[in-house]
Amino acid sequence: MSAAGTSAPSRLSRSRAVGRGGVLGGIVTLLLIWLVAYPNIFVLGDSVLEGGSFTLEFYQRFAESRSEREALWNSIWISAASVFFSGVIGIPLAFLFSRYEFPGRAILGGLVSLPVLLPPLVGVIAFLFLYGESGFLARIVQGLLGMERPPWRLTGPWAILLVHSYTMYVYFFLFVSAGLARLDRGYAEASAALGASRVSTFRRVTLPMLGPAIAGAALLVFMTSMGSFSAPYIFGGGFRVLTTQIYVSKLNGDLAIAAVETVILAAVSIAFLAGLQYYEEKQTFTGAGKGMLGGSERIRKGRRTTLTLSAAAWALTIFLLLPHAMVLLVSFVPEGTWTIELFPPEYSVRNYVSLFSESEMLTPIVNSLQMATIATFANVVLAFAAAYLIVRGKFKGRRLLGALIVLPWALPGTVLAMALATTFNQNQPLAGRFLLIGSFAILPLAYFIRNIPLVTRAAMTSFRQFDPSLEEASASLGAGWPTTMRRVALPLVLPGLAAGALLAFVTALGEFVASILLYTHRTRPISVAILSELRAFDFGGAAAYGVFLIALMAVVFLLGYGKVSNGPGV
Amino acid sequence: MLQLEALEKRFGSTVAVDQLSLELPEGEFLSLLGPSGCGKTTTLRMIAGFETPTSGRILVGGKDITRLPPQKRGMGMVFQNYALFPHLNVYENVAYGLKARGAPAAEIPKKVADSLARVDLAGYDNRSVQALSGGQQQRVALARALAPEPPLLLLDEPLSNLDAALRERTRDELRILLKKVGITSIFVTHDQEEAFALSDRIAVMRAGKLQQLDTPEALYRTPVNPFVASFVGRANFLSAQVVSRDGNEGLVEVGESARWRVRLHAGASDRVSVMARPEALTLRSAGAGAASEGLRGRVLDRRFAGSTTVYRVETLGKEIIVSIPGHGGSYEGEVLITAQQDPPLHAFADQS
Repeated sequence: MSAAGTSAPSRLSRSRAVGRGGVLGGIVTLLLIWLVAYPNIFVLGDSVLEGGSFTLEFYQRFAESRSEREALWNSIWISAASVFFSGVIGIPLAFLFSRYEFPGRAILGGLVSLPVLLPPLVGVIAFLFLYGESGFLARIVQGLLGMERPPWRLTGPWAILLVHSYTMYVYFFLFVSAGLARLDRGYAEASAALGASRVSTFRRVTLPMLGPAIAGAALLVFMTSMGSFSAPYIFGGGFRVLTTQIYVSKLNGDLAIAAVETVILAAVSIAFLAGLQYYEEKQTFTGAGKGMLGGSERIRKGRRTTLTLSAAAWALTIFLLLPHAMVLLVSFVPEGTWTIELFPPEYSVRNYVSLFSESEMLTPIVNSLQMATIATFANVVLAFAAAYLIVRGKFKGRRLLGALIVLPWALPGTVLAMALATTFNQNQPLAGRFLLIGSFAILPLAYFIRNIPLVTRAAMTSFRQFDPSLEEASASLGAGWPTTMRRVALPLVLPGLAAGALLAFVTALGEFVASILLYTHRTRPISVAILSELRAFDFGGAAAYGVFLIALMAVVFLLGYGKVSNGPGV
Repeated sequence: MLQLEALEKRFGSTVAVDQLSLELPEGEFLSLLGPSGCGKTTTLRMIAGFETPTSGRILVGGKDITRLPPQKRGMGMVFQNYALFPHLNVYENVAYGLKARGAPAAEIPKKVADSLARVDLAGYDNRSVQALSGGQQQRVALARALAPEPPLLLLDEPLSNLDAALRERTRDELRILLKKVGITSIFVTHDQEEAFALSDRIAVMRAGKLQQLDTPEALYRTPVNPFVASFVGRANFLSAQVVSRDGNEGLVEVGESARWRVRLHAGASDRVSVMARPEALTLRSAGAGAASEGLRGRVLDRRFAGSTTVYRVETLGKEIIVSIPGHGGSYEGEVLITAQQDPPLHAFADQS
């Protein structure tokens, strides 16, 4: 591929063949270094510099503080436990939906994948409404037993774990489903033909081949849990994890410690992303042979078994989606009317009316729509250029560019927010630093950076799917580079790019983790508004916002774009 | 029309095209023929502008275009997979080059219609290119390449994606069409039959080097080396001893008693490798015993092939092919092989 010759004419020819690709590649790479990599240097700097000189004092303080060590340990064990419980739900579910045929299989399969698309904060309030101390379930128990006080409080590590496994099982479900779909039926048949029983076929053929899929999902869940902020923030109570610790340190103005915490969180996340990529490569290896039978035949059982399976799947789906249905229910309850009754005594659309009529409530929606639009537009432009360069480019920095593209995935939202907060808090144009904190620009910038991997990977998939000779054909017919891009590449990449962009748009619309650290009152987004409604005990208002976000998600999903893979976003 | 001057392309340490020079007159159909990896496609891509030569020059009409990007070269190209734009219909595909080259909007519909009519696809304007058969797609690709009336047409194995039956018919149609248009063309193929059927001249390439550039007949009758001889048509090789020399000609002794007249090639010492086309040899029965002049061999089998009869004969520990016109007798067992000098026999330096 790349010419290794170092003679002058060879170098000349290489740069010519690349044409504008080289120049554009340089611009895009620099832009990404500036926005994705560069800000992290200031966080790192803040963690080891005091008054301009190097010190490890802050790390020492971190290591010596009991609460800091506890937060790190909590983050790790909560993540490990989340992996376990998500797997326990997600893997059997994948087998159920991949291996058995029953009425409603296709629809339910789509529905159970939904939680991953929901904004994390909406998922969290859904749990609050269902399992919280004043939630639906607590009321039932309280009513049945005639208790004076709620039977439990939804708080602490178990509450976090509940939310995590409830939303993150989807990763196991999707990965293992995909693994099963790829798994060649031929292997199973060969194994059976060799005399293996069903149990030993499963143990010795199916499971080992699913290994990479399961490992990939486990790493993704671990990473997502490490970076999870919404659940520990709302339900944590006195339970500390790294992400909430960063938030608290920053609020307290202890920026050096916040920087140390951020560096440690980022380090753990990057280590796991590296592991994830290793397994991703392994996974694509599975069943990559030619001429294999795709997927496996679904088993049809007798009528009774089928009915039982169908009922079980429905029940499971309803159970998994119940929290989200609660959001819908609560959104129709006027403020202050639902007190001790089992079901709300009154329903109205008042919450929705005030959502769109009271400027105080409408502002966050307008803000979020504006900021998400700007961010998504920037994402589309960058993704098109970057995907083109990575897939088609011949310049030397391709690997670097590819790494910069996935870096935002490795960095939890809290880390990104801290990096932006420490970099763009002063005006030094020559150092590439501008005063953006407190301005309108900072949140769109954060959304843009967080969604770079999602949109770019969608565009890359599309670029990989069309033959480079189409571009050559266009050139040979006399079209210049801009015309080729506009008339050939763009129309062919558009479907994938649009899918990625829509998903990025709704993700940005409900973004919470980075927003909470960077917003100002004037630019407060929907997620922050939901939080303040919760704080004011206006659950109806919070739920109405939630339904608005869920509805937009559903639209995206129904448009058939549910298949674009989502990155860790909790 | 087109000149390649010491064209060279290296990918890292591998030399894809090595000091290639050739000249293509106006209106000629030239094939680049060779096994895969011989550099023929790389050469075509350099002419088209998709690859930049490491050194050397490409001239069109005396003008140096080596550094010109593809879109400014004005060449037509038909790709191996046709590279039709899947999101555009037949009309839009053919009109693409006209629009890109800035043809007046009013003229485009007529030019597209003419191009489609020329490839027998009139009325297919609104069809999706993905709904067409392979042969039709190939013709759309040709119409699209020819529509802007390029001075030079480049074809990258455009027949290789068609099935065998269609390939032959399409090949003949292509020949007729391109002769009618009278366009200068370069055709890349690894199929000798295709090259023979279409070309005025053929450039045989191997490992990046031009072996021989000649008419199909000359390649067949007077190959310059054993590679060309065996790549173009069938060739028998037998080792022999030079008995006498007379300029380029010479007499060699093959086996014990056969003496054949050959053309001596450069580097041929006393020990040579004689190349004989199957029809340059003939057979006689050895049983009669009288004339023993000839190379002794043994018939392995015979196969009737219509206009000829093909014998597999074992001689000097090797297996050779002898092709005799018509029903070609019915030789069996021991035979004598004699040379009839047409096409001529060649003696190359012995490779062993």
